[in-house]
This record gives sequence, C-alpha cells and structure tokens, in this order.
Amino acid sequence: MRVTITVNGRPQEADDVWEGESLLYVLRERMGLPGSKNACEQGECGSCTVRLDGVPVCSCLVAAGQAEGREVVTVEGLADYARHREDAHPGTGCAAGTCGTSLDAAQRWQAGPTGARSADSAELSPIQQAFIDAGAVQCGFCTPGLLVAADELLETRPSPSDQDIREALSGNLCRCTGYEKILDAVRLAAARQEEAVR
Amino acid sequence: MSTAPQPRTGSVPAGTPTKITQGSQTRGGIGESTLRPDGTLKVTGEFAYSSDMWHEDMLWGHTLRSTVAHAQITSIDIGEALATPGVYAVLTYDDLPAEMKNYGLEIQDTPVLAHGKVRHHGEPVALVAADHPETARRAAAKIVIDYAELPLITDEASATAPDAVLVHEGRTDHHIGHVPHPNIVHRQPVVRGDADAAAARADVIVTGDYIFGMQDQAFLGPESGLAVPSEDGGIELYVATQWLHSDLRQIAPVLGLPEEKIRMTLSGVGGAFGGREDLSMQIHACLLALRTGKPVKMVYNRFESFFGHVHRHPARLHYEHGATRDGKLTHMKCRIVLDGGAYASASPAVVGNASSLAVGPYVVEDVDIEAIALYSNNPPCGAMRGFGAVQACFAYEAQMDKLAAALDMDPVELRQLNAMEQGTLLPTGQRVDSPAPVAELLRRVKARPLPPERQWLSADAEGSSVDVRALPGGLSNTTHGEGVVRGVGYAVGLKNVGFSEGFDDYSTARVRMEVINGEPVATVHTAMAEVGQGGVTVHAQIARTELGVSQVTIHPADTQVGSAGSTSASRQTYVTGGAVKHSCEAVREKVLDIGRRKLGTYHPAWATAELLLEDGKVVTDGGEVLASLAEVLEDQAVDVELEWRHRPTEPFDLRTGQGNGHVQYSFAAHRAVVEVDTELGLVKVIELACAQDVGKALNPLSVQGQIQGGTTQGLGVAVMEEIIVDPKTAKVRNPSFTDYLIPTILDTPTIPVDVLELADDHAPYGLRGIGEAPTLSSTPAVLAAIRNATGLELDRTPVRPEHITGT
Repeated sequence: MRVTITVNGRPQEADDVWEGESLLYVLRERMGLPGSKNACEQGECGSCTVRLDGVPVCSCLVAAGQAEGREVVTVEGLADYARHREDAHPGTGCAAGTCGTSLDAAQRWQAGPTGARSADSAELSPIQQAFIDAGAVQCGFCTPGLLVAADELLETRPSPSDQDIREALSGNLCRCTGYEKILDAVRLAAARQEEAVR
Repeated sequence: MSTAPQPRTGSVPAGTPTKITQGSQTRGGIGESTLRPDGTLKVTGEFAYSSDMWHEDMLWGHTLRSTVAHAQITSIDIGEALATPGVYAVLTYDDLPAEMKNYGLEIQDTPVLAHGKVRHHGEPVALVAADHPETARRAAAKIVIDYAELPLITDEASATAPDAVLVHEGRTDHHIGHVPHPNIVHRQPVVRGDADAAAARADVIVTGDYIFGMQDQAFLGPESGLAVPSEDGGIELYVATQWLHSDLRQIAPVLGLPEEKIRMTLSGVGGAFGGREDLSMQIHACLLALRTGKPVKMVYNRFESFFGHVHRHPARLHYEHGATRDGKLTHMKCRIVLDGGAYASASPAVVGNASSLAVGPYVVEDVDIEAIALYSNNPPCGAMRGFGAVQACFAYEAQMDKLAAALDMDPVELRQLNAMEQGTLLPTGQRVDSPAPVAELLRRVKARPLPPERQWLSADAEGSSVDVRALPGGLSNTTHGEGVVRGVGYAVGLKNVGFSEGFDDYSTARVRMEVINGEPVATVHTAMAEVGQGGVTVHAQIARTELGVSQVTIHPADTQVGSAGSTSASRQTYVTGGAVKHSCEAVREKVLDIGRRKLGTYHPAWATAELLLEDGKVVTDGGEVLASLAEVLEDQAVDVELEWRHRPTEPFDLRTGQGNGHVQYSFAAHRAVVEVDTELGLVKVIELACAQDVGKALNPLSVQGQIQGGTTQGLGVAVMEEIIVDPKTAKVRNPSFTDYLIPTILDTPTIPVDVLELADDHAPYGLRGIGEAPTLSSTPAVLAAIRNATGLELDRTPVRPEHITGT
C-alpha cells in the first residue's frame, strides 16, 4: 500500500508498504529518518517516541497505515518544531488552556530548508541543548524518545516538579545514566525557558 | 584520613606517564567537564548507530534459534524456506566455508551455527537473507528442525553427578587439566594462612548461603550491523562492539579470510555493559553477505537480543566469617559457584575475579576461597559490568551485616575496623600500592543527612495531601503510607581495573598534528569502542592538555589502527587514555625538535629552557612565547602511532591463588534508604548515595554519569532484574522488556555522588578506572536497607514482593 504522512512539516510518501509495517519502520527504513530508535518493539522502552498529531506515541505500536494523512514530528524535526512553537506561543505560557500546539497550527507549520542544518551549526531546541549541557546523553540510544517526551512535557507544563518529570518520562527507559542527568536536563530546560519569559 | 595524595610505594616502570606533563592550562583539557563531541549528533537523531546503517540493494538477515535447550539435531529441512519469494540464501552448519567452525573469547567452544547438537535455548541453527526483514523471519519459520532432546545440566548437582552428560565432549582447552570435572570450566582457589586454625580464635562465627540471579545487560541498542562484500573478496563490516580487534581475531578464521580482508568500522553503539564482548551477528552477517554478494543488515529485536548475548553469571555463594569479640575478622571461608551456561565466554576471568576479590575490601589474613564456573545448558553467561566481583560483594556485605548483628556492633564501624588501606596484603599476596580509602568512603556516605521522612506528604491549603508517586507502588495507588517502613543500609566493594592475570593489556593510539587554515589541529585515531562512556570526550581533553591545541578531531574507530583493547573492566580511560597521552607526548617532542631545527638560532631558550605547547604556541616554562605552532609546522604534519601498556600482572597460582594478578583496584561505597510496603512487599528506594575514589576525574560530569548509571544497574538487580530460566526445561521465560524489568525514572532515586580524587601514582594523571565499582556496592546496600526495614534475612537478589510478604 501507499502511505502519505506529513513528517516534520513535509509531506512524505512511501510505496509498497506491507500492511504489518509500523510507523517506526516506515520512518526509519522508507523515509530516511532513523533518528527514532527501535529498542523493544512492544511499547515498553519509549525509544521510538514521536508526536502523532501532537500526541506522544510509541511509533513501534502505530501501524503505518494508521498514520495516513496525519502529522508526525520526530527527533529530526524537534528543533524546527520548538522554534515554530516559540513563534506561535511566545514564552509557552499555559494559561487559559492554550498550552500545546493545536492540530491546526501543527498543520500550518513548515520546516526550514533542507540541508540548512549541519552537525556543527545545528540550532538546537532548548531541550536538546539542555540534554547535552547537563550530561544527559551517554550512549544516546534512548535520547531521541526522551527528547520528544520531555519536549512535550515542557510544552504542556512549563514548570514541572521532579515528580511530574518522573511521571512524564516513566515510559522511557535509559540504561546508561541512572536518570539523574536527565532530570537535570529537564530542570535546566525549564529554568532557561522561565528565564526567557522574564 | 586526609585527601592529600598518599606517598607511593613500589616503583614506577620506565615510560609510565604519571604526571600532567605540560600544558595543564589549556582550555578544554583534562579535569574540565567538557561536553561530548558526539552530543549534537545524538540529540538531533543524526548519530549513526549500527541499526541505522543502510545500503542500496541491501538484504536483511535473520537467525533461526533453537527452541530447546539440549538436543541432538536429527534433521534440518530448509527447502520451503529457500523457495520463499524474496529469499536469497539459507545457511546452516554445512555451509560454513572454513575449517574453523567455532569462536570464543578465550576458548573457541561456540559454534557459529549448531553442529548436530544444541546446548542452550536460543542457540543459532540457521540463517536467512531476504529482501524484507519480515520475509526473512517468515522464511526462517518454515525451516523444519527435528530435535532429539538430551538430559539437561542445570546446576552444580546435575553437572557433577556421576552419570552427568558432558556439555562439551573431548575438551582440549587449557583449563581441563586442573578442573575436577569436565562440566566445570575453571576453578580457582585462593588460600592464605590457615582458616581452620584461625576459626578457633573466633568468638563469633556467622555463615550464610546466598543466591544471585541472572542479570541482563539490557543495553538499549540491540545487536545489529551491516556487512558489505568488497571487490577483493573481503568484507566491510560496520558493527557495534566493545573490541574491534578481538572480533576480528574471531571472525577471520571462520570466514577463511586473512584479517586484512576484513575491514571493521565501529558504528554507533547503544550501550554495552559487557554484553558486546562476545560476538553476536558479526559472523552471521558476513556469511550471508559473502554468499549472496550483497550487503546484509542484521538487527536483533529485543526478544532475540535476550538470546543474542551472554548474561551476568547467576551464583550460589556460601560464606563463613569469624571475628573476635572486639570485631576484628579472624578468618573467611567461601565457595562461589557461578553458572557459566553452555559456552565458556568470559567464565575463566569471572572465576578469577570472584575468587581473588571474594574477601572484599577487608583485611583478613586467613582465608580459604574457592570459585568455580559450570558448563550447563542454561543461557551462556559472560561479561557484565563488575563481573565476579559483583556476585561476591552481594554475599560478603550481607555477611558483614550479619556479623555486626551477632557482635551487636554498628555495621559501618565493623566495616571500618576491618577496612583495607594502602599497603594491605590481599589474600592473593598482592600488596595494595595506591590509596584505598575504604573507611573514608563509608564515613562520607554515613555522614550525609538522611532524606526527610514521609516525603509523600505535602502540606497544602486543606491540610496535607498524599503524593502516591513518592510511595512504594507509586501511581498504582496501593498505599497512602499505611504499612510503610523505612530502612537504611550500607555497603562497600572492591573491584579490579583492567585485564588481569598476566594478560598483555595494551592499547594503541595514533596522533597527528598539523596546521589547517592557520590553526593547529590534532587528530586522535584509536580503535577504542565508544559505547556511551565518553572515551571520545576524554581523548580530546588529553590531546588538548598534552598538545596545547583547542581543535581536536576524533577519527572514527576502525581496524586501520592497532588494537585499543576492550571497552570493559573500567580500563579505557586508563589504558587507551594512557596510549593517547603517550602518543601525544611523542608528537610534542617531534614538534619541538622541528622547532629547534628550524627556529633554534633565533632564541637561546630553544636549547636551554623546558618547552611547552600552550594555546597553539611553543612557550618556555617561564611563559615566554617562542613561536606559534603554525610557524613551526608550516605545511608539515607530525604523525605518531604507538602502543602503551600498564604494569604487567601475573597469573594466579592454580592451587593457592597467589600472584600479583591485578593492576589497580577501585572502591565505592553506598548508603541506601528504602521505604517498604510490608503488606504488599513493594520497595521504593528513596536515596542511593555513593562515595567513590576516582584518582583523578578527567571529566567530572562523565564521572558522575558513570557512577549514577552503575549504581542504577545495581539497584535493578536488587529489586527487579532477573532472567528467569525454567529449571525443568532450561528455557528463558521472560525475554522481553515487559517481563524483564529494568529501573525506570520512577524506580530510580536521587543518587548523590561524592567523588574523592586520591591519585594512583602508577596510572596516567593518577586516575582510577571507575565504571564498575558503583555497580558492586549498590545492590548489597539496597538489600541491607530492606533487611533493616523489615527484619527479614533475605539471602537472594533480586528481592521480589513474595520474599517480603512471605506469601
């Protein structure tokens, strides 16, 4: 079958997709986006977390066909997504229930030009930068999923308590860090976000 | 005890770098928490892990594994699988191209594909290559294998019974001569003094039998890689491993290719923890690629990953400790039985560590120690973080608490009273010749204020409310504090660093310095496997410190440079870090020689002063700038590749265990604070504080990350992690992340880290290998805290709810 998905703001098409293929497989193997990781294939580890119409999901548990015509954000698009959110909701205030990115807004969003980003000059989203600065990355295999989940947390709850962070990230396994630096990274991103608002 | 560096004992062999030789002021050098050079790629999703490799025209490989643990293979029918559309190849034992059909780290006892017999559940029997991974899986399912099941060896009793079948017939390895039974891989006694005579002096004797469950490394990036056939008949192999050259040494004979025709490049590694020391898909992917002439990618899923690598040895340990009334240890006897499973893997080294470190960080003059590893039909076990020492630490620390209770002493005081220190003679006869601040580490974790009680209560406008997330059971909302009791426990451990027992443990580094666009740039090329630990970060720091440059490029790790040894045994910063330092020093001397020849006539200091490289310039030790590196080098490049080795070690005597077997020791202590719901048997670890001596923290942020990560793996095996092997069938019952649980962020407490830096003068910069020590003491500290909370004996790990509730 053919699957058409808007991924990171760009319409993407995949042909000859077997019905049993997951969204994760199609992203990784057919759309050239291997950033989302496959570590358990049963929704336990969160390494494959992407946003599907704004909602964080384990893309290994979403059949590719279910994503037909929908909006997907992966770790590769996180920096652009965060920039867009900042433009749409400066300061990411959560007052009056306006937190988060509406489906409408998500669909209007366009990614930056391809190839503009290289490893050295990459403009990172605040949560990506915080993960590097806080030492939250070791092997990095869990990192893409954690970033997508943590970014969503800070979008909906800009000043989370430690227990909030733990609850929000409890679906993402990390085997290297013992999670302390990941907590530090989310706290750091939240603090920088608050700093920016003031 | 002071924190000042201790005077060193023993001599330092020539050529051993022990000091910051120069340029310590260079920004981004050692001692700073510089950030990972691969960090940006890892947070943008661009970092290429071994499972992300892609090649035009590539096929997908799949492994068919045995469904039974011990059986003769009476027939294999691949006909239907081979006829499946999309399938390019189906391989079995008969297709192996070379005389050599086995591989193994030390003993080549592991068949590449089963030959007439399978020895454990999940052993590879056949391979399929197809144009889609699902096609390969489905074709593999069509292969028909008939098994005639054999009796199972599952424990020591069945392994050594008079009529026991042999897991391996006709052994010829170098351990067979000294083991009491062919189903025992290796046996190592360590005997010193006279434990029986010393026992007579004891006022108190405590004994215990302990069980350590089978732990999995559970690295997040499953085994994977890509093999690309090359025009010369060789192969390009992109894999995630811990030691490229060890892989190469095992792969080449089985493929029947010279090593030069196998070019290996390290791909992104999603964690390792020992689980990538043995080969997994490497040979299989090469075989399929060579057969089909096409690139072949293999990626295990989590289920297969549980069968695709060795696990931590489960162990049964019997210990006896005696002490005088004032708490001085009189003697220790122990017997440690490790289950190595169907193939040897790292079992001999695990036995060596378990026996030589069985006493822990304590002074005991009279000991009688025996450790063995079995061959069985259980899953093969081998390397995992802290191997051998982890199992022993769990038992001897339980014993120390038991002894303290019998003596009515404080458990920390008892440990401190018997703590080893610099100069202590270990049971192997080796004298510890660098700082061993065991008592101080315990003092530090004990001195920390305890976390507040009943943190689940928070005051709000209506009085107080309960946050169930802070309670055992968490969001399952199983208690609001009823039946919850707190406990505190302590433990300390002793780990060796580096490869031991006479192994030639060296590393190689190639360092190049040149001027690019007017800027001096250093390039560091090693074969070190970066598995997440941050070796690449540290190598760049060392190059900056030694060469006074800010720009350092880390060349990808491959087999085009000499071996770096394994990323294991807490050794890479020590050994490959030492090699990078060594090569940088040689580059620096060459650069200075060029400067002296070229510019020496312009300034007398070229000939008379101590010269340093700093900030891209040649400076005198007085700080006078003589020239820029651009002026010295111009378009010339300096390139050096050198090996570096640490002090040699010796094998342990096979009867007495005597010998200077280890190069360095590493120490960590933990205090665990737990809260236990005694009605449901649920445990929440509230805090797990660690103090560790690291010698010198080359990168403090990474050091903390290692300690916290290691601590958490120890926590996992304390309260949740265990591969369950059915004793009746020897089959693995929980090969998934649904059934094999590792700690989530909700299960993991705050982990305060207290780092000591007491230099080991024998090591580069005085550093101490750090990766494993925190994994040792974490587990027994948690167990001690649960015992303290519940009053239960708890002689096995992990602790499950039923062990606490008794139901």
